[in-house]
Amino acid sequence: MPKRHPLDVVIVGAGVVGAACAYYAARAGLRAAVVDRGPVAGGTTGAGEGNLLVSDKEAGPELDLALLSAGLWRDLAADLPEEIEYEPKGGLVIAPDETALKALRAFAEGQRAVGVEAVEAGPAELRELEPHLAPGRAGGFLYPQDAQVQPAQAAARLLAASGAELHLGEEVTAVLTAGGAVRGVRTTRRELAAPAVVNAAGTWGGRIAELAGTALPVLPRRGFVLVTEPLPRVVRHKVYAADYIADVASGSAALQSSAVVEGTPAGPVLIGATRERVGFDRSLSTEALRRLAGQAAALFPVLADARVLRAYHGFRPYLPDHLPAIGPDPRVPGLLHACGHEGAGIGLAPATGVLVAAALTGAEPPLPLHPFRPDRFPDPAAQPKETGR
Amino acid sequence: MPTSPSDLPGPGAQDAADHPEEGLADLAVVGAGPAGLAAAVTAAGFGLRVTLIDAGERPGGQFYRHPAPQLGAERPEALHHGWAAFAARERALRAHTASGRVTYLPGHHVWTVVPQDAAQDAPQDAAPAGDAAGRAPAAWVLHAVAGPEEHAVAVRARAVLLATGSYERQLPFPGWTLPGVVGAGGAQAMLKGGLVLPGRRVVVAGSGPLLLAVAGSLASAGARVPAVVEAAAYTGYAPALPALLRNPAKLAEGAVYGGALLRHGVRLLTRHAVTEAHGTDRVEAVTVARLDADWRPLPGTARRIPCDAVAVGHGLVPQLELATGLGCATRRAADGTAALDLDALQRTSVPGIWSAGETGGIAGAQPALVEGEIAAHAVAGRPVPAALVRRRARLRAFADAMGRAHRPGEGWTGWLRDDTDVCRCEEVPAGRIREAVADLGAGDARTAKLLTRAGMGWCQGRMCGPAVAALAGEEQAPDRRPLSCPVPMRLLAGLPPADG
Amino acid sequence: MTDRPHRRSPRDLVGGRPDATYTLRFDGRELTAQAGQSIAAVLWGAGILAWRTTRQGGAPRGAFCGIGSCHDCLVTVNGRPNQRACLVPARPGDAVTTQEGTGRADLAV
Repeated sequence: MPKRHPLDVVIVGAGVVGAACAYYAARAGLRAAVVDRGPVAGGTTGAGEGNLLVSDKEAGPELDLALLSAGLWRDLAADLPEEIEYEPKGGLVIAPDETALKALRAFAEGQRAVGVEAVEAGPAELRELEPHLAPGRAGGFLYPQDAQVQPAQAAARLLAASGAELHLGEEVTAVLTAGGAVRGVRTTRRELAAPAVVNAAGTWGGRIAELAGTALPVLPRRGFVLVTEPLPRVVRHKVYAADYIADVASGSAALQSSAVVEGTPAGPVLIGATRERVGFDRSLSTEALRRLAGQAAALFPVLADARVLRAYHGFRPYLPDHLPAIGPDPRVPGLLHACGHEGAGIGLAPATGVLVAAALTGAEPPLPLHPFRPDRFPDPAAQPKETGR
Repeated sequence: MPTSPSDLPGPGAQDAADHPEEGLADLAVVGAGPAGLAAAVTAAGFGLRVTLIDAGERPGGQFYRHPAPQLGAERPEALHHGWAAFAARERALRAHTASGRVTYLPGHHVWTVVPQDAAQDAPQDAAPAGDAAGRAPAAWVLHAVAGPEEHAVAVRARAVLLATGSYERQLPFPGWTLPGVVGAGGAQAMLKGGLVLPGRRVVVAGSGPLLLAVAGSLASAGARVPAVVEAAAYTGYAPALPALLRNPAKLAEGAVYGGALLRHGVRLLTRHAVTEAHGTDRVEAVTVARLDADWRPLPGTARRIPCDAVAVGHGLVPQLELATGLGCATRRAADGTAALDLDALQRTSVPGIWSAGETGGIAGAQPALVEGEIAAHAVAGRPVPAALVRRRARLRAFADAMGRAHRPGEGWTGWLRDDTDVCRCEEVPAGRIREAVADLGAGDARTAKLLTRAGMGWCQGRMCGPAVAALAGEEQAPDRRPLSCPVPMRLLAGLPPADG
Repeated sequence: MTDRPHRRSPRDLVGGRPDATYTLRFDGRELTAQAGQSIAAVLWGAGILAWRTTRQGGAPRGAFCGIGSCHDCLVTVNGRPNQRACLVPARPGDAVTTQEGTGRADLAV
């Protein structure tokens, strides 16, 4: 094997989060290798819709991360090829009735306090913003900072721009340690030596933590997305009903859904996504299709006659408190985590990459890492069994 | 104006809600081609209650496609080999339908099959349908889109036979999107069903035994066929001579085609391919070039043949999405396609799901008829006659030999230019797919699709799938399409809720 | 080999005659249909091979697979877009129009 320059970091996972870590590590002058058992964007990234949302997050650490990311995505859109299809289209959250509108107003108030732009829209303004929206809605809020990218392209272009060494189709079989500290990884084809390893394996991040001799309780949460026939632009924003926000924060195992409806530059309307904890079950849920289709057609009656060409699902990686794990793992020196972003990984990827790069170089992070520390969960041996209330 | 999912419009929703089932059938057969038709009438003959669901308007599938009765064809058999085998079963179907033993649902496209309990919203982690102990669920639900008005129909059955057939394998070439370039099977289907031709002077090209049949039909129906351009060398059959000799009927069929072609002055060019179609608004000529053993076009061998249509196809691909959606195991067939892994009783790896015909590997109508009958015996719990088993083995061996001989060589992508649209629906040129593979880390067809949209359009990759896989450097993966056809949103919205 | 004076037709091959013939209109032009034919068959019978233009390139397309799989033959029938011409039976008086792009430009906002 030819002699290479020594690596500064090995990143496990070629999804959008691993790609962003590679991109910002390279910008910080580090030499990185990215390893994935599959191709680029082969896991949750490839099944994502590309939501860059601030609108669905209440004030708190995740929103801070989302706001930081929103700015970073704007910069990336200027640096990366147009194929990433960055669209600062804005989100529109619909309140079906006065009660929901009141709750939404309070929610938006909290968001505004930390820098979110949220503009209330009355029924008439809703129709102007979205001419095909069903009438009779009490009102809503427009979130101009919400945006959209094509997730697989975003991951691939970030990786290409990073110049990182790529090892795709190679599974990590061991995290190598010496004296308790990480010194690289072994894959099915080679050993990669580096003083730091970043776990960006998404839904499969628990397995990498385990290989490194520690634990991270990442669990899969399945989501279905519907894709319609190609249409002209019939939906301008990312549009969803207000109950979506409650779903994101829910810990329930049962199927929940509140359709996010949006157009794409290629033509199809995307409708996502349900959330359910069913392990890695890949079978079709007609119930998920029923709910997504019903909600989408209720928001936009014009979609009732559109054909659904495709349905697909992905497995969002979530941690029990619905915050990602980002930064050094104090239990294993040299191990860093960047996973567990649930359905927000595309949106939160750049901020995650910046935080990881800062941790690798010892620079001051733009946000406190404390809320995302990987060792915040109780020891799995001592952890009570999930009840899935 | 609808304001909630529960009062969405749609006659389909009504149908599905008011008549969630036509009772519980003993067997639901999907597809009324040779395999499905044979299975349905055989099973009904054993006393089973059968529901036969078919996307087509008339039984027969693609092989026995025939004109609508209103077209008044006196001799539909003139377009077919083995018409008697079909006619007998079609008569049986009519008798069983009249007696109520078979419920025949033409014009119904099944878009998914799910175990009945999966309609509930209960979390479950069984990856393939059926449970870990290998038991079949008590019943299956088949969801279909029916009729020109696209309403919803749900059929329930204790056992399911998937006889979903195949579609044509297409390998793109520059100009293949020009009007007048049509599938070889497409030209055949339009002739058999509508009594029309795509042009007066039709070059037939690609690979596989279907080409000879298509050329023969087109010529008999009045088209001039200047050449049949076959990429394989028929010497590829030599290693399979024993299998060929055990199938005298097949050889005779070949001789009939050969004779018809000679009579019509059709030239057979083996080891050649159409490497480009020329024209602006429609095809006016093709370039034909000689190929090496790997199907790589040889420089300096190109020549032009004027024509006003091209009928092209490179064999057939099993249509598997309903089966793979249920988790049925697949295998790599001799022709390079993915086919279902079936046991001696035509059972898939999922208990309660059976399959027969092209889904188990491309083999043609005769083995499909045999396998349909074997499956019907097995579903009914009857011993399978040894003669049927022997016949299947013989016909399958023959099909494997043919499939191997016509399996596309790796060099064919050599005739694709970077600006050749590979995905017809989304207009994705080969160059973009090559870029995704070379520069963006797409080592497989799925990632190439994610990065380029190739395969994301109306046909869901049926036309470009083999080509995208080849450009990504892998063999085509089994079909995976959770919805096997486009389904109107209102129809999904009107599905009966899981919790009653 | 030269053309023979009388060329056979598909009808010569199968014999008989349709129950009825009737007319439909394609982009305003009157075409003769035989009862039982699909819209694609009627168009092919009139020598028309293209009745749709693509979303991006505006390229002409018509029937390709002939069995409903490829969706290349999408056409607007009586104002309803995205009908597969190879599957939809032709009916007396049908108004068939070339479909441009998605066929739903009227919905654009």
